[in-house]
Amino acid sequence: MAVTVSIPTILRTHTGGEKSVLAAGSTVAEVIDDLEANHGGLKSRLVKDGTLHRFVNIYVNDEDVRFAGGLAAKVADGDNVTILPAVAGGAR
Amino acid sequence: MLTIRRDLVEAMVAHARRDHPDEACGVLAGPEGSDRPERFIPMLNAARSPTFYEFDSADLLKLYREMAANDEVPVVIYHSHTATEAYPSRTDAKIAQEPYAHYVLISTREPDSHELRSFRIVEGVITEEPVEVVESYRFAHTGPDDVPEQ
Repeated sequence: MAVTVSIPTILRTHTGGEKSVLAAGSTVAEVIDDLEANHGGLKSRLVKDGTLHRFVNIYVNDEDVRFAGGLAAKVADGDNVTILPAVAGGAR
Repeated sequence: MLTIRRDLVEAMVAHARRDHPDEACGVLAGPEGSDRPERFIPMLNAARSPTFYEFDSADLLKLYREMAANDEVPVVIYHSHTATEAYPSRTDAKIAQEPYAHYVLISTREPDSHELRSFRIVEGVITEEPVEVVESYRFAHTGPDDVPEQ
């Protein structure tokens, strides 16, 4: 099952500068493992202690996976997966 | 160096004042490769907090899709500090993940004057840069391509 994954600027060093790459998997976790197999170093930027990093957002099509099962969220053939760093901060 | 039009500075400061005492946040988008902020995009602070800001996740996706469709990038990412100086906090530095953006901080702690400063934040390292405010980009050197301002 192939999905298209959009890679944010900060992670393009892992994809040779490519803005999007193909990956396989039926869940977000499987897609991330497949990304790691082909673009080493990506997984540790996305997953921490077995859950999605607090300040990284992953979307399957239009849905933030945090509201759809997290790393267990289902991915179907032809879906678009988008990785975006959170834009956040604050005085404290 | 951040070269930025005066009207964009005024728009960011007005947004920061409007949302005070909560932190305000947003983006100035510009053509990819130009390093020239052009489009003012105020964002909702989903945290609605005086000490934290975060773009709403659905708004974030919409924003990045829109910029991609326009061949734009976030040239400036701005937010306000409402009780402290216009300098990135440890939280700001830790979370910042746009190495090519100018991070603009606006302090609204003084009611009658504001402080505005710009930084690069790369892998947690903060580097302040000068800010040049211009009336128009027509006569300013705004990047390697020197595309004339419309």
